[in-house]
Amino acid sequence: MSEPLLSIRGLTKAYPGVVANSDVSFDIQPGEVHALLGENGAGKSTLVKMIYGLVKPDSGEMRVRGAPYAPPEPQAARAAGVAMVFQHFSLFDALTVAENIALGMADPPAMRDLAKRIREVSETYGLPLDPWRVVGDLSAGERQRVEIIRCLLQNPKLLIMDEPTSVLTPQEVNILFETLRKLKSEGTSILYISHKLEEIRALCDEATILRLGKKVATCTPRDTTAREMAELMVGTELHVPSREYREPGAVRLALNGLSVKSPGQFGTSLKGITLEVRAGEVLGLAGVAGNGQDELLGALSGELRSASAMVVLDGTEVGAAGPGERRRMGLLTAPEERLGHAAAPDMSLTENAALTGAERKGIVSGGFLNWGRARDFAKEVIARFDVRTPGTENAARSLSGGNLQKFVIGREVMQDPQVLVVNQPTWGVDAMAAAVIRQALLDLAAGGAAVVVISQDLDELMEVSDRFGALNEGRLSEIRPAKGLTVDEIGLMMGGSHDMEVAHV
Amino acid sequence: MVRLEKRLQPSAVFAWATPVMAVIATMIFGGLLFAALGKDPLVAIRTIFWDPLFGQYAFFYRPQLLVKGGPLILIAIGLSLGFRAGIWNIGAEGQYIMGAICGAGAGLAFYPLEAWYIFPIMVLAGALGGWVWAMIPGVLKVKFGTNEILVSLMLVYVAEQFLASVSLGLLKNPQGFGFPGSRNLQQYPSAHNAEIFEGTGMHWGVAAALIAVIFAYVLLSRHQLGYHIRLTGEAPRAAKFAGVSPSRLILFCLGISGAFAGLAGMFEASGPAGQITIDFNTGYGFTAIIVAFLGRLHPVGILLAGLLMALTYIGGEIAQSSLGLPSAAIQMFQGMLLFFLLAVDVLTGYRIRFGQREAA
Repeated sequence: MSEPLLSIRGLTKAYPGVVANSDVSFDIQPGEVHALLGENGAGKSTLVKMIYGLVKPDSGEMRVRGAPYAPPEPQAARAAGVAMVFQHFSLFDALTVAENIALGMADPPAMRDLAKRIREVSETYGLPLDPWRVVGDLSAGERQRVEIIRCLLQNPKLLIMDEPTSVLTPQEVNILFETLRKLKSEGTSILYISHKLEEIRALCDEATILRLGKKVATCTPRDTTAREMAELMVGTELHVPSREYREPGAVRLALNGLSVKSPGQFGTSLKGITLEVRAGEVLGLAGVAGNGQDELLGALSGELRSASAMVVLDGTEVGAAGPGERRRMGLLTAPEERLGHAAAPDMSLTENAALTGAERKGIVSGGFLNWGRARDFAKEVIARFDVRTPGTENAARSLSGGNLQKFVIGREVMQDPQVLVVNQPTWGVDAMAAAVIRQALLDLAAGGAAVVVISQDLDELMEVSDRFGALNEGRLSEIRPAKGLTVDEIGLMMGGSHDMEVAHV
Repeated sequence: MVRLEKRLQPSAVFAWATPVMAVIATMIFGGLLFAALGKDPLVAIRTIFWDPLFGQYAFFYRPQLLVKGGPLILIAIGLSLGFRAGIWNIGAEGQYIMGAICGAGAGLAFYPLEAWYIFPIMVLAGALGGWVWAMIPGVLKVKFGTNEILVSLMLVYVAEQFLASVSLGLLKNPQGFGFPGSRNLQQYPSAHNAEIFEGTGMHWGVAAALIAVIFAYVLLSRHQLGYHIRLTGEAPRAAKFAGVSPSRLILFCLGISGAFAGLAGMFEASGPAGQITIDFNTGYGFTAIIVAFLGRLHPVGILLAGLLMALTYIGGEIAQSSLGLPSAAIQMFQGMLLFFLLAVDVLTGYRIRFGQREAA
């Protein structure tokens, strides 16, 4: 075997109170697509930050083509041929594509030459992009292309990609994969971070699996099932949510041509959304981020009001009712943003339990709050959903994302809703907790509630949904039975490929 | 290298320690200021903090503590409710003036009738006057999205002009030999806000301030409305999600702070001041903002901060007369207190770390 492009030996990094990486070693060969797999908090981010020169390792060494490599800062990493596409884009909305790219360069060429090079690279790799367009007008997929092209202009030997597909439709994912395969065929190595196992099986040659900061296994994704990889990641056998089919009952929630203007300047207004959810049923709603998910949740929670007849709960028109009133009637919701929306960061879990549970859990009577009851309710949620926290008086902010998510979902589930609407219920949650949350949603439906799951995770939707629809620019696609839907069909429901073309390989 | 690191939980210790640290820092730097002015810093500090309480003439100054502290606490309690929710009523001074004019006006309307119900009517009129004046920025904010900071502040100057106008016109004492100002309410028993216990400084406004402290404490810790106020201040989106109506909360918070300021004005006009004059207002409405923050927007804290602030007022006056310190130096001293409080406040939410910065 040839000399590895990047070789990592015994890399260790500790933060006060937590070891982020402990003795991690692996090699990346030239032209290899290497997956880095692990749950949240497994140490993936710290590891790539060390490779990219953002964090200094405590011990261990890295070599690039046999030569010692210890980048003190990202600039040195880029000089050594390492480039990185971050999960969160760092682009200026008000500037053009070319200006944004020039900003990241140490010695930018004249704008006209740069634009020409951007065009060349974008055509070669099947990432069509007009250098003169303003970034604020681009879709999430197009913004990602800007970041990728910014990296490719440096002719990297190793391209690090952190969760690149979370903002893409299935068709866009295919196009991205063609681009990555072309890069690979030219000898560029790719370090691909993801927790989407099917993607890794489709794309990657080798996989390194991290758990609690340690390397626990390597595998060849093509020869390993997704389930096996998941169990390596989690370290135990994975509980797959189970359900039985039953006849759906009466209509619990109906939306009749729901149209709401988005309150935000860059939001997506809802346009004529019509749907019905019956008792005992789970409706899955897919969609790329920013296609009206937040607005739909707001229109259902009561934060956004509509005409009264547009939202009907158990035969009662509630479109004009506020959140408290809807909650009393049994329509509960859990928004995507945990900190600051679903929970108040600096308030204790007891106080956060009262945030939505005040009415239905008898915490408030005559306007006065019974903190004892709120504490009991918080304790119940913590116990049933295995929320890891020292106690109910800890601030919501002090919980990890996954634990807070369990608390937020648990708080709604344990109020016995007639209708529950959740947005991204398992976003950023580890596999075990995600399974617990999905099972709770299914159990709720089995108990006769109607559940609406809004999510960008297609695997999750296929696992829990009876029927399936997609949001695209504030409109709802046709709703179809989830069983038997193909990925292509789902992609088309989500709005297709947004005019992307496949790389000219 | 020194850097700040966000605490996982706000520190309970520092929440109580920072006001003390701010007072100590103010004493040190205030002392330096007095030294630079050629006064003995220790004597100056002692004159401000010690003499009013335990000095030779303390029997005279101690009641003053309640007389000055009462309105500060009453106004600051009202303001703190809004501040907790992120609603910034800066115009308590104007609401204080309007409360005084309405309260005194209601009383003078009955002159010279003596009846038990006159004083309660004045109390209601005072609260109503302040409430109405605060509703102006409230309604404008709810209806048109105007900035309540600017509107409430500008209305202070309108109120001051109005005060001058009634002192010279509507409320002018017909037997006042042409001097500006109303009749003296201290000489009108039914309208006089007399001391509840002779010689203590404890008048009805001080009682109202203590009731307000208890009211605010119960509201914030036990009542859903208080919970919604805190929730709105900490996480506005979460508050909306919980079902709080921002408009109603804005009107409530501005309304109650206006009513409390109006009450304070009315008690002052009918008690210690005795009459409505052109220069009736002495800045209680603005100082109360400092008191509210010095007390960490907590009712008990505000009670203590109000007394401390009253102490620096009284001590400052003594220092002016006995040491010849300029009044600007005293004001600067009071300003320092707020400055240091805000500066050390960062320690509640952050801890200081020394050492090499970690690139993260």
